[in-house]
Amino acid sequence: MSDLLNMLGLAQSAELLSLSPPGWGGNLLRGLLNSLQIAFGAFGMGLVIGLFGAYGKLYGGPILRDLLAVYTTVIRAVPELVLILILYYLGSDLINKVSEAMGYGRVEISGVVAGIWVLGVVQGAYSIEVLRGAIQAVPPGQIEAARAFGMPPFMLMRRVTIPAMMSFATPGLANLWLIATKDTALLAIVGFSELTLETRQAAASTRAYFTFFLAAGALYLIVTLFSQVIFGRIERWARRGQPSLRGGTR
Amino acid sequence: MDSFSGGDLASASSGRDEEAVRIEDLHKSFGELEVLKGVNLTARKGDVVAIIGGSGSGKSTMLRCINFLETPTSGRIYVGGEHIAMREDGTPANRRQLERIRTRLGMVFQSFNLWTHRTLLENVIEVPVHVLKQSRAEAIEKAQSLLKRVGLGDKADVYPAYLSGGQQQRAAIARALAVDPDVMLFDEPTSALDPELVGEVLTVIRDLAAEGRTMLLVTHEMKFAREVADHVVYLYQGRIEEQGAPDQVFDAPKSERLQQFLMSIN
Ligand SMILES: Nc1ncnc2c1ncn2[C@@H]1O[C@H](COP(=O)(O)OP(=O)(O)O)[C@@H](O)[C@H]1O
Ligand SMILES: [Mg+2]
Repeated sequence: MSDLLNMLGLAQSAELLSLSPPGWGGNLLRGLLNSLQIAFGAFGMGLVIGLFGAYGKLYGGPILRDLLAVYTTVIRAVPELVLILILYYLGSDLINKVSEAMGYGRVEISGVVAGIWVLGVVQGAYSIEVLRGAIQAVPPGQIEAARAFGMPPFMLMRRVTIPAMMSFATPGLANLWLIATKDTALLAIVGFSELTLETRQAAASTRAYFTFFLAAGALYLIVTLFSQVIFGRIERWARRGQPSLRGGTR
Repeated sequence: MDSFSGGDLASASSGRDEEAVRIEDLHKSFGELEVLKGVNLTARKGDVVAIIGGSGSGKSTMLRCINFLETPTSGRIYVGGEHIAMREDGTPANRRQLERIRTRLGMVFQSFNLWTHRTLLENVIEVPVHVLKQSRAEAIEKAQSLLKRVGLGDKADVYPAYLSGGQQQRAAIARALAVDPDVMLFDEPTSALDPELVGEVLTVIRDLAAEGRTMLLVTHEMKFAREVADHVVYLYQGRIEEQGAPDQVFDAPKSERLQQFLMSIN
């Protein structure tokens, strides 16, 4: 094994990437884990905002609808890097103000929580639009049938609307998830040690820029490929009951 | 005001005096358009009431006001003698009451409206298990016998999209029967079907009529209406223009509009 690496001139890279010091592999993986944690949290927070927001936009009163329109428009209009800076400093400022007012003094905000909050707010705006479109694509007759049989509103959402809209929503949500994983890289700007920042630090300390950025790229790619498999499964499940466009078996 | 009540005619079927559905002075407007202009109708237990009329005469709207899929503009709806509480603007005043009453009304739609992400069996057990909180095992057993009854015993695990319209509509009838409804509401159950599939659905409905189910049936199948109905209601521009026993309505229509309507259909 080591002969082969030597031959390819990769022995040095392997050493740099090794999981235990002096290798930087462990740092990279820790960064990846942080990135995934944030992406997962932000995606989930986005889904919750998205579901309530979509229902609000579809069935809410005029004031709620206007507020949601402002939210989705502003978030989607402003570059994400700018949003992250605004939301990060706004968020930590607010929390500190509140905590000082209650006499606790300044608090240290966890990077993961801050990251989830910042990206979650961004994801929420896009989720609202994905889910709103999906809900509207559900044949109204299916919702009407549930109402006609006395299904209460919340059960109707859980048993009919959400399962029926899943097939319309999954492609858009898969995109949002992939965007979330990559948007975590933007958090490097506020000094959060996710994969990109860890990579930059490793590269700067060792001058092995090529090795580390290639390794980080590979990690992002693996995440994407893995996500595609998962979302492929989800989509197949969500599309159960719908004949495939290619025709053929059930 | 009660002059249009079907009570006098429906009570001809003696021993079925208990009222199943009563509609009083029902008005419904969509914006400027007044679609129902004061409808009164009573169906007693065991009655099969056929509702006929030209397209746009308000048949669907009337049927849908009974379970508040459309909110009446004014009027009163009673199901099993119970008044459905209603606000000034026609919206239901008591959601729980309405939901409870809705579970007593089995509705069958023109376009079937099965839940496409659920198999036939899952469609049929959905309301018994989740809304009525019946045991799953019991619901499955009952659903299987209902599917068998409508000729779909071997299709329990198939998704609706893989079935013909006639099969889907029969499954939708099984779904409506699964709640053991006091009244069944049919809104043109065969209008979306290819002609060769109409018969199989009518056979199922005929069978239900024969076992004494209370039904309100909007239909364009005049021969069928004459055969199964105890009472026929002819709707014209949002009013009951004429009603009576099938023989009387079809063979000796008094209203000129009904005469014209029957001619145009044949
Ligand atoms: N949701 C609605 N909004 C506006 N107009 C409607 C709506 N539903 C029905 N209408 C109108 O009400 C009239 C009666 O409709 P409907 O009850 O469906 O008639 P029918 O079932 O007898 O054909 C029609 O003119 C139709 O266009
Ligand atoms: Mg109609």
